[in-house]
Amino acid sequence: MNEVANTPQDFLPLLVIVVVALAVAGIVIVLSVLLGPRRELEAKSEAYESGIRPFADTRRRFPVQYYLIAVLFIIFDIEVVFLYPWATTLHNDALKKVSLAAMGVFMAVVVIGFVYEWRKGALDWD
Amino acid sequence: MPELPVEIPIPTPHQAVFIMVAVATSVASLLVVTNRNLFYSALCLVGALFGVAGVYVLLEAEFLAIAQVLVYVGAIATLITFAIMLTRGIMFGTTSPNNRHMFAVMSMALLVFLLVAGLVDRVPWAVAEDLTLSGDGKSLIVDLGWEFVTTYALPLELIGLLLLIALVGAVMLARDDE
Repeated sequence: MNEVANTPQDFLPLLVIVVVALAVAGIVIVLSVLLGPRRELEAKSEAYESGIRPFADTRRRFPVQYYLIAVLFIIFDIEVVFLYPWATTLHNDALKKVSLAAMGVFMAVVVIGFVYEWRKGALDWD
Repeated sequence: MPELPVEIPIPTPHQAVFIMVAVATSVASLLVVTNRNLFYSALCLVGALFGVAGVYVLLEAEFLAIAQVLVYVGAIATLITFAIMLTRGIMFGTTSPNNRHMFAVMSMALLVFLLVAGLVDRVPWAVAEDLTLSGDGKSLIVDLGWEFVTTYALPLELIGLLLLIALVGAVMLARDDE
């Protein structure tokens, strides 16, 4: 078990990795602009279509189905957020039963929704 | 060495990190509203939301920070990106972020900012002296878990119900053809 309370200092490695990632990305972009040769050719800016010349507009709209999936993803994402603090209570034997019951009801309610969307065909990709 | 007339405040490491995070968040937020391509705006919004998560970490609200990354950076940003990709004109065209409402919106934003700043400054916010949580006090997440299954068990179930309503609503709205 974690003996000390979490402090912002615990997140310092995260900050370091973010700064390093941004720095590396920035340096690589700047270096490639400075050192890379630039020869603009028409063929280079073409969309790559496995060697076949593009004959139609490659820009197309995405089916609305993606949006529904994204909305459903948000809902289950929020559900998962509640699972993290809940999972820590399972270490405690006194609380285990109450804890399982509380989360059981919560999960059952959300699973009703999951069954509903499944039966409604919201997960079918037609 | 002559005394400096004004003492230059040297930021503590905590303050230095805050300045870094705040500047990054502000720059990203500004890019969101000034970008001419809405898709780039959405990408900048991801950066801004990530910066807000950093502010939460500095406020020692690590659970909120993790939730911010999971829900806002992970899911809401995806939703916004999808919404932009679903609209042909917006995805590839460049749109001017300025229109005739610009000054009205800017003055409204200024008013809201002054209101919030005034509220933060003037209202004597209650400070929780002894925040007693039912957990072991070792970690905020553990405390939160205890609260979820004891004191706030009913609100937790109501959140489940709210998620169910949102889910059914989304399915109903998106698939009304049957």
